[in-house]
Amino acid sequence: MIAFEQVAYSYGGTATLSDVTVQIASGSFHFLTGPSGSGKSTFLKLCYADLVPSLGRVSVFDQDTHALIRDDLPQMRRRIGVVHQECQFIEHLSVIDNVILPLTVAGRAALPKDVTDLLNWVGLSSVVGMTPAALSGGERQRVALARAVITSPEIILADEPTGNVDWEMSLRLLTLLVELNKMGKTIVVATHDLNLIRTVKAQVAARVLRIKDGRVLLAGADL
Amino acid sequence: MKQRSTLPPTEELKTKSLRIVPPSGLGVWLTGLTAAAMSFLAVFAMALALTAGLVAQNWSSELQGRATIRILPSNENSAQQLDMLLQILAQTPGILKAQPLDSATQTALLAPWLGDDIPFDALPLPQLLDVTYAGERYDFEGLRLRLAAELPDAIIDDHMQFRGPILAAAQQLRWLGYGALGLILSVTAMMVVLAANAALAANGTVIKVLQLVGATDRYIVRAFVRRFALRAFLGACFGCLCAVLALHYMPKVAENSGFLRAFGFVQGQWIWPVALPFFVAGIAYIATRWAGYRKLKELI
Repeated sequence: MIAFEQVAYSYGGTATLSDVTVQIASGSFHFLTGPSGSGKSTFLKLCYADLVPSLGRVSVFDQDTHALIRDDLPQMRRRIGVVHQECQFIEHLSVIDNVILPLTVAGRAALPKDVTDLLNWVGLSSVVGMTPAALSGGERQRVALARAVITSPEIILADEPTGNVDWEMSLRLLTLLVELNKMGKTIVVATHDLNLIRTVKAQVAARVLRIKDGRVLLAGADL
Repeated sequence: MKQRSTLPPTEELKTKSLRIVPPSGLGVWLTGLTAAAMSFLAVFAMALALTAGLVAQNWSSELQGRATIRILPSNENSAQQLDMLLQILAQTPGILKAQPLDSATQTALLAPWLGDDIPFDALPLPQLLDVTYAGERYDFEGLRLRLAAELPDAIIDDHMQFRGPILAAAQQLRWLGYGALGLILSVTAMMVVLAANAALAANGTVIKVLQLVGATDRYIVRAFVRRFALRAFLGACFGCLCAVLALHYMPKVAENSGFLRAFGFVQGQWIWPVALPFFVAGIAYIATRWAGYRKLKELI
């Protein structure tokens, strides 16, 4: 589903990733770990073509992201849900409008029952009329997750989704991602929280990719 | 920060998508203000151009097809000269009418220049004839030469010496108006481009979020275009309304001045100030669309 072939990426001459070859199979659950600045976000951005590799090839849905024409990018991104640590929203829109945004831009109608079910699932049914600025960090993360999954994408990429929330909320968010994985979604979660990875690995057969010195390695049995 | 316990109906969920561009912001506000100010000026430039054209046309049509012949006072028998002149004119193709002015009419023409207390009867005044001709069959030069040969005291004037410079000035004024209008609309387009660029830059997060959730460039640009075209349209409507009111209430200090009295719009010309807001909205549409696609290409 996602394939990196000898991928390198550098910011202004400094190599962030080099010679990365990884296959992420459909329906799998992957953690991506490594210290801050190691290239986890870069890896995820390469996955949804927000960046294109300096060298090598990234394929998503069997399409080379570098070869995608501009009009094809949105189509590809509609099949991928992304959750960021910063949870970027359109701040003047309400929570509900932000959640249904992927449907809106795709020209699809949002069925109220489906939206209600989704918001109940993430525990946000009481805040639909609020603006994102009025939400707590955990609520914002759950709104971002609801937005990421509303179109039922095949891949969900989460970049430090638990970075701004407490342990209890972190577990709750990860549990939601595990549930999505059990529905057949491909999940990639970037996090530096090893305790969280160990806890979640008890619930799901997850592989852990570790980024070290710009290379992506499969983590050992300690994780 | 209202809370809702239930979700809005589907239709409402769909229509809210139109507000993805923040409803306020310097760029949008600036566009409305620019459109209002420029439309106000554009209406005046338009009025200037149309009025100048109308005045030139009126002056031209008033003098077109008419000439004046004057028989200078001399020792010759003036009645004989007049008869001879009328015969010549009768033989000239294209002359429709030749009407000698009586002394009362001639006196009335001179009074504004010389005053009422001048003994006009004692003055050696020329005899004037008002000649009406059909333009296409009339040979001015041929008649002038014949008069010079057969009746040297008769001098013909087709008013071109007077009419030509005035018509040229009116035409220049008309083109000046159109030029000003073109400049105003160009500046409007430039201001909208600047405002749209500022708005696109200020809404970088909105654009990033939209791209993240799979919005096409077309969708993003359309959202901005819609907002800017609407603001430009409303601003232009306000500007046009103010300009039309200003024209209506313009002091009528020059009732006797043909130009100022006619300044404004007549009959079918009102379509132009009415159409201007749509035109300005069209300019805003094109300018924002261009700026939007350009900006999006810069972002990725």
